[in-house]
Amino acid sequence: MSADGMRIGVITFPGSLDDRDAQRAVRLAGGESVALWHGDHDLKGVDAIVLPGGFSYGDYLRCGAIAAHSPIMAEVISAANAGMPVLGICNGFQILVEAHLLPGGLVRNDHGDFICRDQRLRVENTSTAFTSGFTANQEITIPLKNGEGGFIADAETIARLEGEGQVVFRYLDVNPNGSLNDIAGITNARGNVVGLMPHPEHAVEAGFGPDTADAMRSGTDGLTFFTSAIAALAAV
Amino acid sequence: MPTIVVEVMPKAELLDPQGKAVAGALTRLGKTQFSAVRIGKRFELTVETADSATLAEVRELADEMFSNSVIEDVVSISVLDESVAGETH
Repeated sequence: MSADGMRIGVITFPGSLDDRDAQRAVRLAGGESVALWHGDHDLKGVDAIVLPGGFSYGDYLRCGAIAAHSPIMAEVISAANAGMPVLGICNGFQILVEAHLLPGGLVRNDHGDFICRDQRLRVENTSTAFTSGFTANQEITIPLKNGEGGFIADAETIARLEGEGQVVFRYLDVNPNGSLNDIAGITNARGNVVGLMPHPEHAVEAGFGPDTADAMRSGTDGLTFFTSAIAALAAV
Repeated sequence: MPTIVVEVMPKAELLDPQGKAVAGALTRLGKTQFSAVRIGKRFELTVETADSATLAEVRELADEMFSNSVIEDVVSISVLDESVAGETH
């Protein structure tokens, strides 16, 4: 299959903020973005799904908890269990955790403040659909912006994530939110569901990304998430 | 009509940054007798009858939706209504 035909759905929940940025990232990567709606029971035949950042349902109850019970999540859960690539960014990660598609939980940043910064990460698992275009242990910089991004899990789960290579992204330089083991993003045992707190969709176009050594706002490390997914889907 | 009350607390072993912030404010107010503050949630569910089937359903919802067992504990489920006997925990 050619990469042109790859359709990646981006779900909009009430309170999603970065859905259009994610759609744009898909298009810049060469894919076709498909807008999906939380209230539908319809994935519109997409090949992969992105759950974007934002504050679904105003973060009421717990971040992502109400969205995890929305109608479309029934389809997302069955598609994920059938192996479809699913990426959750920030609030999307929180939704995936609340939907039990990923282990662990995300709690308020240990320092109590909302944080917004360009964050360096190490890509430690390059076998997922969203990271296959990175080299092993590649260091990247993408924006991070959250108030409840502290990743926690019981000791047994952390040991399993570490032992099985399910830690996909790790914070470098500073731990911005108290996440255990500096974990920024993880994948499920099968490797098709990926969640992370930082925002790849905000680092896809020079002029609008993080600063680099070369020029202000020229960072586009996030684009590889989306080009990887398109290449992975085309290879199926 | 009876009200079923569900109380949820962050797990004891986890840092509760909200509670910690309030504890800090108490210290600044000179209320130094409080060594720690933890903040949880209280859900009040109004029902026609708080029978055992309803309470069983609330117990399930408390575990599955009102709380996330990774980060929180359901600390109590009780019925608020003088006309209904008994409390369950």
